[in-house]
Amino acid sequence: MSVRIGVVVFPGSNCDRDTMHALDLAGAEPVELWHETADLQGAAGVILPGGFAYGDYVRAGVIARFSPVMRSIADFAADGGLVLGICNGFQVLAEAGLVPGALLRNRELRFLGRDVHIAIEQPETPFTHLAGPRRPLRMPIAHGEGCYYADAALLDELEAQGQVLFRYVRADGSGAGETDDPANPNGSLRAIAGVINAAGNVAGLMPHPERASEAILGSDDGFGIIASFVASAAERAGTPATVAAGLR
Amino acid sequence: MTVAPAAEDQSLAVPLHRTLGLTDGELEAIQDRLGRPPNDVELAMFSVMWSEHCSYKSSKPLLRTLPTAGAGVVAGPGENAGVISIGDGLAVAFKIESHNHPSAVEPYQGAATGVGGILRDIFTMGARPIAILDALRFGDPSDARTRHLVDGVVRGVGGYGNCVGVPTVGGELVFDPSYTGNPLVNVMAIGLLEERLLTLAQAPGPGNLVVLFGSATGRDGIGGASVLASATFTHDDPSKRPSVQVGDPFAEKLLIEVSLELIERGLVEGLQDLGAGGITCATSEMADRSGTGMLVDLDAVPRREPDMAPFEILISESQERMLAVIRPDREAAVREVCRRWGLPCAVIGRVTADRDIRVIVGGVAEDPSADGGIVPGARSVEVARVPASALTSDAIVHERIATAPARVRSAPAPGSPAEPTDRLPERGMDPEAVLVALLGSANLSSRRPVFEQYDSTVQVNTVTGPGRGAAVLRVKGTTKGLVASTDANATVGAFDPWLGAALSVAEATRNVSITGARPLGVTNCLNFGDPTRPEAFWQLSEAVRGLADACRALGLPVIGGNVSLYNESPTGAILPTPEIGVVGLIEDTANLVGPAFVEDGDAILLVGEAGPGLAGSDYAQLGGVAVEDDLPSIDLEAERRLQEWIREAVVRGLVASAQDVSGGGLAVALAECAMWSRLGATVRLGVSHSPAVDLFGESPSRLVVTTRPRHAPAVELLARQFGLPTALLGSVGGERLVIELAGAGATGAAEERGSRVADPIDIPVARLLQAWDHGLARALGWGSPSSAPGGR
Amino acid sequence: MTTEFRFAVNVTPKPGILDPQGRAVEGSLQHLGIEGVSAVRVGRRVELTVSAADAAAARVVVARLAGELLSNPLIEAYAIEELGPSSSTSVTDAGG
Repeated sequence: MSVRIGVVVFPGSNCDRDTMHALDLAGAEPVELWHETADLQGAAGVILPGGFAYGDYVRAGVIARFSPVMRSIADFAADGGLVLGICNGFQVLAEAGLVPGALLRNRELRFLGRDVHIAIEQPETPFTHLAGPRRPLRMPIAHGEGCYYADAALLDELEAQGQVLFRYVRADGSGAGETDDPANPNGSLRAIAGVINAAGNVAGLMPHPERASEAILGSDDGFGIIASFVASAAERAGTPATVAAGLR
Repeated sequence: MTVAPAAEDQSLAVPLHRTLGLTDGELEAIQDRLGRPPNDVELAMFSVMWSEHCSYKSSKPLLRTLPTAGAGVVAGPGENAGVISIGDGLAVAFKIESHNHPSAVEPYQGAATGVGGILRDIFTMGARPIAILDALRFGDPSDARTRHLVDGVVRGVGGYGNCVGVPTVGGELVFDPSYTGNPLVNVMAIGLLEERLLTLAQAPGPGNLVVLFGSATGRDGIGGASVLASATFTHDDPSKRPSVQVGDPFAEKLLIEVSLELIERGLVEGLQDLGAGGITCATSEMADRSGTGMLVDLDAVPRREPDMAPFEILISESQERMLAVIRPDREAAVREVCRRWGLPCAVIGRVTADRDIRVIVGGVAEDPSADGGIVPGARSVEVARVPASALTSDAIVHERIATAPARVRSAPAPGSPAEPTDRLPERGMDPEAVLVALLGSANLSSRRPVFEQYDSTVQVNTVTGPGRGAAVLRVKGTTKGLVASTDANATVGAFDPWLGAALSVAEATRNVSITGARPLGVTNCLNFGDPTRPEAFWQLSEAVRGLADACRALGLPVIGGNVSLYNESPTGAILPTPEIGVVGLIEDTANLVGPAFVEDGDAILLVGEAGPGLAGSDYAQLGGVAVEDDLPSIDLEAERRLQEWIREAVVRGLVASAQDVSGGGLAVALAECAMWSRLGATVRLGVSHSPAVDLFGESPSRLVVTTRPRHAPAVELLARQFGLPTALLGSVGGERLVIELAGAGATGAAEERGSRVADPIDIPVARLLQAWDHGLARALGWGSPSSAPGGR
Repeated sequence: MTTEFRFAVNVTPKPGILDPQGRAVEGSLQHLGIEGVSAVRVGRRVELTVSAADAAAARVVVARLAGELLSNPLIEAYAIEELGPSSSTSVTDAGG
């Protein structure tokens, strides 16, 4: 029996199928969680995929946070359940206060779709422990509001508590600057690409690991993140063996 | 019930039909079909349906000459999109369409709704849209209005495509002064479907329900299609300003999911999207295809605004709407699907046997004995009754007059000897400076600043995204891949529209073939001027002839497309622009070949021979070559052999990379191979014509291929078997691109120093990249582009 | 001699033009359990200061700016609001 992972489908989600495809590759059993239902269907972990939930017309993620499924996810997270937000899913988690900080419009005020490199800052989390030795991971971004923002005090706290999970880096692995550095595509403060909550069970990132999970797509650097999540969820659900078989 | 009076208000200074864009002759033709004068509502319906945009009244006789049959064609012209089988029970749907005039008025919304419209054409057929390619043409990039249009159109394409979650994987961006007052926004969409789910826009079975779902109807684009597509456009005339259509990609995303779910569950008998012509177009086209009619009650149409007149509801172009014909016993299930996705849904009428589109307001009453099972209600008023065919298949057709302009140039016959009279600015030419200038030019530089504003990787199928020749998408669950390209040669077409169209087809298909894929079919968007001008109509008819000849020679069906006429502004007509979209199939993506160099030491071969003729080339535009200079020629038979050869060479695993020689000629082709791989090359080129022709000429049917040195003899042997000349140019390696010229190739700069041998090109690849990376942003006055890390 | 005048320009979708943002807000009301709200139209507000000889001259500048830059005349309407010497004085019940 493989581990069941819920993928939230808001009206306007558009990476739900991609995420389920990557979960398939990782040996998980992905299940759709419709925004109007509060039932998480026994999922051992939940992913909020990318897209434009409810059109993102007012502010990315703001309307989605009020949906019935989000109330259940908040409870699930409070009980220690694993939750990962990718791109729009990260924005929803931030709006809902499940991860710290906010995502502002990109520095150049334009949507940006291209490959970036990120480094894993915390290798021993449920989201990263199988991602391999530290190296720049190449994967696409595709967003208009991905500039990570928090006030200086919060940023310092995140750094001190080890809550900066991913950071944009240059292709050679050196750190990206905050502004005017193409390696930090959206101007994120301290080049933060992803964060984790204080309890260590809810994380979000702007880049798309699910789009970099197969060699034919140009990079499988993102698969380690998906695989880590699936393995961690499986371990909590008590079904680790079958997941390991899905790893490469 | 009562019948609204006919339109006979003699007090109007200008008769209503002319205000609506119909000629006196067309009014007579309408009366012939109705057997009476039309009332105002009917006149509005005809004005929309008999517009060039909906009726193809000028182009229909020409389009009938195109080859449409081909292996695997499941749906061809006349359907919302062409569909071709790709095996394993799957099929690909694709089509290209223009949204030129709306984009000239409001670039963001015009482009956005253009994307929305073409996507609906795809999912109407039961296909999930998997890719968008946008072919954009604008005026001089230094012009302020051009910059405004580019910015708005690019944001519009991205704003819509990114949100609905369909990747934009390719296309074109071309600048030419002729597009200054009239930009071209052509959008191609590709969809994938299970063949068993193919759905057509039909209305079978009298008594079946006519269901409208999607967004509510407002006054969007009232008179839009007919006014916008039928009259020369002056953007400063407020009286011509239509009510602009605003796109809602979020609603479109829901519409995709609802439509595909309805189809998947077998709940619809026919499905049609609402675009130009709105409810009028969808009802009449669906009914006419099935030889049925419809009784439609406008009171049942969900509206966004109060007090809408019947004609407004009938011709509104509100976006993100679909019309379905369903069996009565499926109404509850259809409503449930729409409710779950949060889309309004209403039964607005029934299919009838009488072949008329009958429109009432005031409600209907059930009557099992009546045609369609309902009758107009007691307090209803009939506002229109028109035979469906009169609006669609029996719409008026005009035989336009085609007159070649006084100075007609035609292509030299294939194989004709090189003309020594090419009058070119060769004296003083420095090949290296020309190459750098070409790579940094507005038309040949990297399109990255534009395509980075698009999501090109959503749906996790993108093997090759924008910027590297044809786009490649894998087909999940199979080894197959789909390969797509759009191309148009307008600069040559300006002199010889037949040749321009033939070159466009050759280039688009060649771009697909060099990956190893077999082109499946062609879709086209013909952007031309006012067809009532004999010269403009001649351009159109010659282009259609070129399109037909090229497709026949290459054995490809034309499976649909779109004609956009009246592309003129006060400053004149656009270059005739036959935009060609091609989709091909590769059976195993493991065999894919790309254009970039692969490995140090690989041998570089040129397959095919340069021909004379620099007119219409990027080199000629840069050097300001006079229009009297010769055009290149094309041998369609040789083009067919070249494409068959490369596909065979790829399948046999003989080639490492394959690149097409097109814009900027061989030198630019080699530079791209080098830049995209960060690998240099050393090449020795025998000059057979002149350095300009051999380095920068754009004569077709040539490829740069690389191969492991031990495979080179096999590559050459295979080429000989296909009757193709080859030349071993050199090898891949180093960090510089070196092109030495050999043979009788003295050029001015070297000559003036007393040298008999032309200056070589010898330049670091990094320098080429610098020119290429920054050219577009500089041309448009944008901030410096952020260079991509790694890149694909 | 010039004086500084403070203005706000409120840009809204023209009547009849589809407003996806407004619709999105309405659509989310049920999740919040808010009833009785309809006809939501989302626009934007731009505040600015103009130096000019008198209020009328300043208003001319603002009108031109509003018509040519801040709004898209094809789909948006604008209204100019004079705020007096300091910013936002005439705003009542502004949310935090």
